[in-house]
Amino acid sequence: MTALEERTAAVPATTARPGTTTRPVATGPAAPRRRLRGVTAVELFDVLGATVAAVATATLLFGRLTAMHGAIGWVVVALAAFLGFYALLASLHATGEEVKDKVITALLRTAGVVLFGTLVFIVLFTLFRGVSALHHLNFFVQTMWVAGPQDPLSKGGILHAIAGTLIQIGIALSITVPLGLTTAVFLNEVGGRFARFVRTISDAMTALPSVVAGLFILAAVVQLVFHERNGFAAALAITVMMLPIVIRSADVVLRLVPGNLREASYALGTSRWRTVWHVVLPTARSGLATAVILGTARGLGETSPVLLTSGISTVLNLDPFKGPMTSLPLAVYNFIGSPQPNQVVRGFGTAATLLVLVLVLFGLARRIGGRGPGTMSPRQQQQVQAESTRAAIRIAAYHQQPPAHQQPSALRQPPAPRPSDRPGAQPDHPEEPLR
Amino acid sequence: MVMTVLRDEPAVLGAPGPRPRSLVSRPSVADSVFRRITYAGGVATVGILLAVGLFLALRGGQALGVAKWHFLTQAQWQPEGGVFGIRAVLFGTVTIAVIAMVVGFPLAFGTALLLSEVVSPRIGRLLVALVDLMAAVPSIVYGLWGFYFLQKQIVPVAQWLAVTVGQVVPVLAVTDQDGKPVSDPNFYTSTAFIAGLVVGLMVVPTMTSVMREGFSRAPAGEREGAYALGATRWGMIRAVVLPFGKGGVIGGTMLGLGRALGETIAVAMIISPLFAINWQVLKSGTNSVSALIALRFSEASQFGLSALMAAGLALFVVTLVVNFTASSIVARSRSGAQSEG
Repeated sequence: MTALEERTAAVPATTARPGTTTRPVATGPAAPRRRLRGVTAVELFDVLGATVAAVATATLLFGRLTAMHGAIGWVVVALAAFLGFYALLASLHATGEEVKDKVITALLRTAGVVLFGTLVFIVLFTLFRGVSALHHLNFFVQTMWVAGPQDPLSKGGILHAIAGTLIQIGIALSITVPLGLTTAVFLNEVGGRFARFVRTISDAMTALPSVVAGLFILAAVVQLVFHERNGFAAALAITVMMLPIVIRSADVVLRLVPGNLREASYALGTSRWRTVWHVVLPTARSGLATAVILGTARGLGETSPVLLTSGISTVLNLDPFKGPMTSLPLAVYNFIGSPQPNQVVRGFGTAATLLVLVLVLFGLARRIGGRGPGTMSPRQQQQVQAESTRAAIRIAAYHQQPPAHQQPSALRQPPAPRPSDRPGAQPDHPEEPLR
Repeated sequence: MVMTVLRDEPAVLGAPGPRPRSLVSRPSVADSVFRRITYAGGVATVGILLAVGLFLALRGGQALGVAKWHFLTQAQWQPEGGVFGIRAVLFGTVTIAVIAMVVGFPLAFGTALLLSEVVSPRIGRLLVALVDLMAAVPSIVYGLWGFYFLQKQIVPVAQWLAVTVGQVVPVLAVTDQDGKPVSDPNFYTSTAFIAGLVVGLMVVPTMTSVMREGFSRAPAGEREGAYALGATRWGMIRAVVLPFGKGGVIGGTMLGLGRALGETIAVAMIISPLFAINWQVLKSGTNSVSALIALRFSEASQFGLSALMAAGLALFVVTLVVNFTASSIVARSRSGAQSEG
């Protein structure tokens, strides 16, 4: 109460001198600081107690008190029991709103644990089941042409599928990268009503069913052009699937390029395409690489388009224009269709190979794309420095007017750290390079 | 017109003044080439989508012309006999997608809130990367897991559901032809339930990342305002985060639904094809349009292929409608959040 009265007493003084702030005078013992983060012992014991009780309840119900059995059921019952017990324990020492908050937070954490647990388990399950096929080196250097379904794992391999995947992805990338990046540039740098329409279309295409893409290539390319299924048709089908993903992620990355970089370039009289080529694209380079890699990861995993357009084979086929060409996911599908246990193991081995490939690509994408647009590695910064010094010397040679005593400082401190800002391009001759 | 007046004025005054600079910038040749090339990229993208619809319609037209309206009402699929329709497969597709959403939505919603509101930013970034990674895992890997692990493990749960809940909710019951409950495990494999679970897990990462993006767009000022008024975290989420993230939630769900409708290979691996309406989702036998295409195209005749193209066209139209709805909802919410600053 005293503190309050003092504060009100201080108010007239504040209003008397506008523009200043008076700190209230602190008197008496300060109130204990409220904890904003961390876990109290009580909260910790709530969680521990609820966990123990939930495990005990689920174990009692399964196999002892009721006829329920199975691991998944046990987990479900344990999670439900945990939430119940936790709500009960929390309500012992908290009020209504607080209990609700605690229970819902626990619910959110449960959702996260279930999801991440399952997803990590799916990956580990595949790797674990496939590892016995991966032991053998021949798995990577032989084809299934030399081995029958009943042959042991030390014979035969998936070289044909690895080669097929690489060829198909290579062709798909050589179409997707130019077309996708051009479209993304169109969406961001040209703009207009048509660009918005294209963005809507490409967004809608991201969820185009893969089997529909396969049917389309089957009708448009296989039946009309080649009259047989081949690797090139499969690559086109993969392209249809990858294109919207690349466009969409590249679009997001280009949107993050700071507008003042563009405006600085335009203010120097640079033409539009030079701005895109020398400012926008280099700035977004790492993000664009990520976009392409993400698209590749999705393209690698497509099964049904390849099934429809390329077909299954067991021989090494390096000609994309002739005959069926199997890819990794298609080989998995083929292997597990067989009743032979060794074929199933091969299927898991192939899936593990594919998964590792995707994981590596994804790690690469994170590593390249981890930096924001415009952030450079030390080596890139050195390159940029060197280039701008050269540019400054070139400008000095071009003008040759400035007084000698001003020149050195202007040279050592180039105005912008980008190689792309050609400061010499003047409004009078905008297209004329200086070199 | 204004230009003429301006140019005439100095003549009236009798002195040749400087001509006004034209403010209209003429694009250089290189620029107009650049503009045309990027424009062509955009046209090509739209062209591909149009071509997909066009070719499916052209090739499927033959079958559609024979089947007419029965294409939507016939459950059997015997194109060679002239009796075929997508009633059963479309029903199966929707069943699987609905189960996928029932499983996937709570998981995605909870995880998205967890990532944007509960965990610390550092762990959050790590988990977001994990979610993105999971979205890139090939669907055949999910299919393998569903077929070789989940199938065996889920049967007891399905049996329990059918015996207890199934007595009240007919959709979850499993009965034979006479309507008597069965508990033979063979009746509980290759079901829409298992396929739906696997597809649900598959689409959760996509849904989560769209929803999380929507949630994290809730402005910090409003969040802190809610806390300052004494709200608990859940109170703040309900009052601030959910209203701002509504578009993301709806859009993410629709995107997930679109992918669930079109999922092919995992469904084809798990289900046992059935060309009849099966309301009992825990009972063996279901179908989907994409699985039908993947399983039947290799032995199809020219006319059978045309019928499959027609089925593909139907799937294409359904997913397109879902996706357009989703992207327009997401886009609208995006512009709204921006204006709030």
